[in-house]
Amino acid sequence: MNPVIRLSSIFVAAWLLLPSGASAAQPDQVAVRELANGLRVVVKPDRRAPVVVSMVWYRIGSVDEQNGVTGVAHVLEHMMFKGTRTVAPGEFSRLIAAAGGRDNAFTSRDYTGYFQTLHKSALPLSFRLEADRMANLVLSPDEFAKELKVVMEERRLRTDDRPHAMVYERLMATALAAHPYRNPVIGWMSDLEHLSVADTRVFYDEWYGPNNATVVVVGDVVPTEVFALAEQYFGAIPRKTLPPRKPQEEPPQLGLKRLTVKVPAELPYVLMAYRVPGLKKPAEDWEPYALDMLGSILSGNDAARLPRTLVKTDLVATSAGASYDGLGRGPAFFYLSGTPVAGRSAEQMEQNLRREVKRVVDEGVTEAELNRVKAQVIAAQVFQRDSMFFQARQIGSMETIGFSYRDLDLYIEKLKQVTADQVREVTRKYLIDDVLTVAYLDPQPLEGAPRRAAPAGVRHGE
Amino acid sequence: MGNKVLNRNVLRGNGLSKNMLSKIRPALAAALLCVAQQALAILPIEQWQTSSGAKVLFVANRGLPMLDVSVDFPAGSGYDTAAKAGVAAMTNGLLRMGADGLGEDDIARRFADIGAALGGRFDFDRAGLSLRTLSDPRQREPALDLLARILRAPAFPAAVLNREKARQIGALKEADLKPDSQAGRMFYRLVYREHPYALRSVGEVDTVGNMTRDDLLAFYRQHYAADRAVIAIMGDVSRADAGAIAEQLTRGLPRSNGAAPALPQVIPLERAITRVVAHPATQSHILMGAPGIHRGDPDYFPLFVGNHILGGGGFVSRINEEVRQKRGLAYSAYSYFSPQQVPGPFVIGMQTRRDQADEALAVTRKTLRDFVSNGPTEKELVAAKQNIVGGFPMRIDSNRKIHEYLAVIGFYGLPVSYLEDFVGNVERVTVADIKAAFAKHVDPEKLVTVVVGADKDQTLTAPAAR
Repeated sequence: MNPVIRLSSIFVAAWLLLPSGASAAQPDQVAVRELANGLRVVVKPDRRAPVVVSMVWYRIGSVDEQNGVTGVAHVLEHMMFKGTRTVAPGEFSRLIAAAGGRDNAFTSRDYTGYFQTLHKSALPLSFRLEADRMANLVLSPDEFAKELKVVMEERRLRTDDRPHAMVYERLMATALAAHPYRNPVIGWMSDLEHLSVADTRVFYDEWYGPNNATVVVVGDVVPTEVFALAEQYFGAIPRKTLPPRKPQEEPPQLGLKRLTVKVPAELPYVLMAYRVPGLKKPAEDWEPYALDMLGSILSGNDAARLPRTLVKTDLVATSAGASYDGLGRGPAFFYLSGTPVAGRSAEQMEQNLRREVKRVVDEGVTEAELNRVKAQVIAAQVFQRDSMFFQARQIGSMETIGFSYRDLDLYIEKLKQVTADQVREVTRKYLIDDVLTVAYLDPQPLEGAPRRAAPAGVRHGE
Repeated sequence: MGNKVLNRNVLRGNGLSKNMLSKIRPALAAALLCVAQQALAILPIEQWQTSSGAKVLFVANRGLPMLDVSVDFPAGSGYDTAAKAGVAAMTNGLLRMGADGLGEDDIARRFADIGAALGGRFDFDRAGLSLRTLSDPRQREPALDLLARILRAPAFPAAVLNREKARQIGALKEADLKPDSQAGRMFYRLVYREHPYALRSVGEVDTVGNMTRDDLLAFYRQHYAADRAVIAIMGDVSRADAGAIAEQLTRGLPRSNGAAPALPQVIPLERAITRVVAHPATQSHILMGAPGIHRGDPDYFPLFVGNHILGGGGFVSRINEEVRQKRGLAYSAYSYFSPQQVPGPFVIGMQTRRDQADEALAVTRKTLRDFVSNGPTEKELVAAKQNIVGGFPMRIDSNRKIHEYLAVIGFYGLPVSYLEDFVGNVERVTVADIKAAFAKHVDPEKLVTVVVGADKDQTLTAPAAR
């Protein structure tokens, strides 16, 4: 336990001295095994450095929360560091740190993930601790009360005092009526204030089990050895009967929705969300790939349309962007956003963004634009191999959302096949008012902002 | 945008706007370079000079078909004057917006067409450009050709400058409303006073408004000199190709007039000052600190290891333990040293609900005083060394990280053996070293404290000596 890693020059140097054409030049194959208890283990060897990235992904995110307990998935993620029957609160991070490692975790709408980056010899420590907290979390009321305060500070920091984050939060709550993507991952403040340790316990007991999890390991490892380690540490954890997941499907949108968010800011801001198809069948679909290409043609590089036209040429925006989030367990959206230059309104910004959409519908996109994006896709495929963490994250998210790591390559191939006509077609078909929600940030002076907190009364001097 | 992901913590995420305070750099990543003795080379770094006098550092890695190249100059915001604050940043930003007969759109399109990514680097001391490209000559050669033309013949088109000035002024006004930006601006003003590190790197509304094309051209000619350039090359090229690349990137650059640019001395704080700023935000943004150390300070390693224990080690550091783990007062609470050409800042930061600001400040001050008076425990030191030494492979496990080290080693003239000496330098640190180094460099009774997010403004000055 708790190995102290002795450094020698040798192991650090080894990877850099790999001659051209050595193993690092060709990425190793990904290997997958499912244990008897349903735990999936995905391993991608990468021998560039004596390092391993170890992740445990749970297919459980804010999308699985019920009304009244929004934010519980994320609070539970925080509590996973607060002790098990045999590991004291905070001890998890201390043990990883003592082994030279770094650890953290993340929660999204679709999943919750935990990771450590370590010397490869410390992988057993990672597995031992992760397996322990998969089954033996304590959830003490004292630790819960303190950590809940931390999460509320996180909400204030990330959302309440950030104008654009507020716009995004309120936009989603307006765009969706039924689907839980309408709730913020961090939870509504009132729900956090009333969240109990029992709520958190229920969520853990229901969802944290090997058959709802995927272990992803990228690094200087041999897959068969990782599988054996996984069996050793996770193999005895019993499978759970997971609650049924209700589809909670969003009913069709029946017309344009609008909202205004009044917060302290200097400039207006517009965020537009079109409800569009997400990826369902990676081998058969074509529309999601065309929407992805559209996003890149509009704002995927410095020469893309929105920055070129609206920011550089017409001088109507200080920034403008587009993006598509087609990879998720819930509804997908295509977003347009823009901040007008001083003296121009949100309405004008919206019209400018709409004009760019209309241009794609009327005139299509050029082969040059398409090829430019494809060149970037191809280069990015190489560049991302420089980061083991990024590779692990990609694999984990694909697997956990409900696809396969194999679909990562398929996705790239499909992007390369997208035609200009397809981009135009999805724009014409989906970027329409009936499925659109438009949010305006209406800038308020600081003095006029509501005082939302208790009296501060900060005193100083000593 | 849609797929919002929350992390459990932003390690040393200081919540300061990147745009406004590009001068604050994460302390750990590349910030740790110091003197040391030669040892077996763990990174085969090659170093040489171009015919024009530029310094080159190179590591080959033929394992991935990609290349990272950067060219830096001593041309950061430290070389601005108060009257022309922001000229250094604008000069750097406009390099890519028109050069050698190419318009900004030509440049952007040409890089994008080959999948290459052009980045900028800008902080107190350094300004430069970085390029990431596939190493196949079909991409690499046009990418490097563009980079060379941008460096050699930037046009600083007047129309582009006018547009960027307007954008920057909008961004400054936006930033001036935000509590984190306000806190950072106030903090640097109070810590650095008349020193150029006090200036906001992107300038002020009036200085940006007054900027002219001549200002940019003059700054470029004075500071982007071939013989002061530092070129870092990492990736899939031969030594011979790297040599040719370095020549190509410095050909035709301005020549310096000989004298190395100097930054003014930093004057230590004479007394504590606390500035509370009214703001309706739900949280108070708190920054505490003072001038710290310059790069190459012999106390660097004791301070680095000590700060790991104090507030740099993430979840296991004292400040995080006291403020977050024990009391739930903040999501992010940290401390760091940011060594620069002349003493860069020592910073403690956190954000907490307005009515808890007093408590958070009291806890932090007590934690700092205790640490400076008594130093860490032996046990804490062992744990910190285990983490830093054991984590060393992760510092150099990618081209990007190694490239960053090359750029820093080159710019600050640190020994190329820095990386192989690193572990030894950490292991040598004792509790007594840490105590002595903190006693020398951090006086808890002479700190600047800024709190933005309160009901009313307030300034308190402590007696000059205690």
